[in-house]
Amino acid sequence: MATFSDTGFLLVVTLLKIAVVLLVLLTTIAYLTWLERKVVAHIQARWGPYLVGPHGLLQPLADGVKFLFKEDIVPLEADRAVYWLAPFIGFTLAFLSIAVIPFGEGFTFYGRTITFQITDLNVGLLFVFAVTSLGVYSIALAGWGSNSKYPLFGGLRSSAQMISYELALGLAVVGVLMISGTLSLRGIVEGQSGFLHVHGVNTFLPNWNVLKQPLGFLLYFTAAVAETNRVPFDLPEGETELVGGFHTEYSSLKFAMFFMAEYANMVTVSCLATLLFFGGWHGPVFGPVVLRVFLPVFWFCLKVFGFLFFYIWMRGTLPRFRYDQLMAFGWKFLLPLGLLNVLGTSLVLAWLSSP
Amino acid sequence: MDVLFYICAALAVLAALNVVLQRTPVYSALSLIVVMCALAVVYLLLDAEFMAVIQVIVYAGAVMVLFVFVIMLLNAGRETPGQHSQLARWLGVPLVAALLLEVLTVVWTQFPAESFAPAAALDAGPKAIGQRLFQVYVLPFEVTSILILVAILGAVVLAKKET
Repeated sequence: MATFSDTGFLLVVTLLKIAVVLLVLLTTIAYLTWLERKVVAHIQARWGPYLVGPHGLLQPLADGVKFLFKEDIVPLEADRAVYWLAPFIGFTLAFLSIAVIPFGEGFTFYGRTITFQITDLNVGLLFVFAVTSLGVYSIALAGWGSNSKYPLFGGLRSSAQMISYELALGLAVVGVLMISGTLSLRGIVEGQSGFLHVHGVNTFLPNWNVLKQPLGFLLYFTAAVAETNRVPFDLPEGETELVGGFHTEYSSLKFAMFFMAEYANMVTVSCLATLLFFGGWHGPVFGPVVLRVFLPVFWFCLKVFGFLFFYIWMRGTLPRFRYDQLMAFGWKFLLPLGLLNVLGTSLVLAWLSSP
Repeated sequence: MDVLFYICAALAVLAALNVVLQRTPVYSALSLIVVMCALAVVYLLLDAEFMAVIQVIVYAGAVMVLFVFVIMLLNAGRETPGQHSQLARWLGVPLVAALLLEVLTVVWTQFPAESFAPAAALDAGPKAIGQRLFQVYVLPFEVTSILILVAILGAVVLAKKET
């Protein structure tokens, strides 16, 4: 029976978790901008931010203060309601999906189990997809509400792009779902523990889905980069053609909200890639109890960091797609490959399970 | 839980009214999205997480995005009431009221409150829905697929004719 103290405990723990996760996420986003500028700078043989703090480490803080004190300009012809709504939708949705991401296994504390996850939905993966699929409104409405040419083009491009790549994104993970047989993110990670066994022989390779679904992983990551509007798929905001795309007419804190939403989406997508294909928090665990509890969280963060670094690396390396190339790539290459992957995986699974 | 249901139900009805009453197409479309999301919460309250999430993904995340996309592409502004809107107003309201009354009477007489099964007794998980869809209802499912395929082909033919 759930007594009041149980409910109260759950409430306090959940609120604490939300506070900690939000704090960590916001700090990650702030320093992701610093990391991006630094890494891209070094790729291009520059120094990057160097003046504010040692190695420019206080730059995110300075940027934040700048965003806060800039004048907030609203275009005269803008549709006020939609113009205001758009950044809030984007910001809220970007931070919503982190609620179902499991960071680690959890631990028992005085007889109560505390998991490293705000809430474990049994359709957690679909929840993340639902939230990301709503994210397109933020960009589309920002483009329309600004009542200006460039943002409208940016908004239109992004709507088309996100609809196209959502399909490929969904198809890419179907293989993983067929292997794990659950939609719960925790369940998917738990299915990847231990070592990979081929015909009962231990290969001493980690039992990660990326080894069983290499094509699925490539498709997922390509589609995910397009879904988060990052280089080489950043056509909605292409600076050279659209002056910044959907957020051209936004300034001050509202621009910062779009910015933070984009980086939060990058973090979410990297978290999902880690959970679905790279074994989540699984990794070598050793040492005393405290280390055993927090090492999985460390492995998880390390893998997510790897993906984020890869994002930035791509930005420093690849040129932008042309718009028709982007559409053709999504519909004529990624989608058929995704279908083939589903077909192949189901055939192999049926063959393996047949007596 | 009941409070949440009444909030979402009221939100859905108000937003649905707003869809019809708004003169700016984008506001109508946005209100329709609110209806979809409110319905998703109602599904959630009925312990049907899968249905709730699918509702958001398919209706709010895909179908309505296309609506908004088309409205943006045409850059449709405020609509001006034409000749027929007066007729529609005087004829439409009584007709809607009559239809509503009819539906309510049927629901009240045919489905008394005792006849409802508790929501928790039904399995609405992805596995149960998938098995139903591919075993009991496989024919309607496939027929729907063919219907959608035909619609896609029709759209392609229409688009080809334009250029």
